[in-house]
Amino acid sequence: MHEWALAEGIVSTAVRIAEDEGLLKITEIVIDIGELQQIEHEILMFALEQLRTPTMKGARFVLKPIQGRFRCKVCGEEWAFIPETVDKEVSEAIHFVPEMAHVYIKCPQCGSPDFDVTEGRGVWLESVKGLKRDE
Amino acid sequence: MSDPRIEVIERRLEKVENIIAVSSGKGGVGKSVVASTLSLELSNRGHSVGLFDLDFTSPSTHVILGIQDVFPDEEYGIIPPLAKGLRYMSIIFYALDRPAPLRGSEISDAIIEVLAITRWEELDYLIIDMPPEMGDATLDVIRLIPRIKFLMVSTPSKVAYETVRKQLTLLIGLDVPVIGVIENMVMHSPRLRSQVEEDGAEYLGSTNYDPVLEEALGDIERLKKTAMYAELTKIVHHI
Repeated sequence: MHEWALAEGIVSTAVRIAEDEGLLKITEIVIDIGELQQIEHEILMFALEQLRTPTMKGARFVLKPIQGRFRCKVCGEEWAFIPETVDKEVSEAIHFVPEMAHVYIKCPQCGSPDFDVTEGRGVWLESVKGLKRDE
Repeated sequence: MSDPRIEVIERRLEKVENIIAVSSGKGGVGKSVVASTLSLELSNRGHSVGLFDLDFTSPSTHVILGIQDVFPDEEYGIIPPLAKGLRYMSIIFYALDRPAPLRGSEISDAIIEVLAITRWEELDYLIIDMPPEMGDATLDVIRLIPRIKFLMVSTPSKVAYETVRKQLTLLIGLDVPVIGVIENMVMHSPRLRSQVEEDGAEYLGSTNYDPVLEEALGDIERLKKTAMYAELTKIVHHI
């Protein structure tokens, strides 16, 4: 149920952004879900529904999966994260702390753990759309 | 694009009365031993205490306290397990005994992640064992935990204190509260008091180099019987 903790962060941040931008009503919240973190979309969506505030009543939550991608700092190799290639314990460690990828995953070309996660690390709030008073 | 984790960090720590970062510019000054024994002693005195090992590349408090066979519960986030009477959190739960070769930005991201998902219960004290540097982890806890206080550890060595002095300058300049400095592993006689006071911090006391401490690591009952522990208990009332 780690997704609940992330959902709380999404809802709180969306509310703060709406306040900063003077939105009276939130209509859409777009969330990037990095596949490296292997978030359960259904659980996250359920948590978001439960945590929905009055300002976001009727708002659409859009979850956008982003494939996890790596680039080796040593040899420049680029590759994609394939969840099915890691075992359950490793998946769980990376699920909680995506940086644990550097503990368990190596560059397929040179074997180095020194790589960048170029895309799809974790959860990001892409946009919050809504209506202002004069709209 | 916004990072949704930052918003909830303060909420995760709202039930914690005092948050203390045990820090030093240098490694090898006994900072993790001080953080661990300080946590034990505060717990001994009837306080509820958490210990958070924030040294993600070289965690060691689990070795010092002999913590094993515990794992966080998952419940709307993660709940630090009870170990040796302390609520305990460390990256070892996820990295196990493998090396964690993380660059600065990755350490920062991992710290934010763990702070955002860890639900600390009501605690009188949360002791944070900091990595030995003045980089990402230090800057992150200052940024993300505005009410944090620092407890600095140095040895009598000029080399060790030089880094502590710089960190004191940074913290005092940023108006971050500094509880004071502990002079650890004194071989002959303490030498830092006047220097620490000149640098604007409180000198909390000293602990002597304890040759039997090494043998007591991993066994909290033996740790509590060491001379170092006894000396630390005299300093704890300053905390």
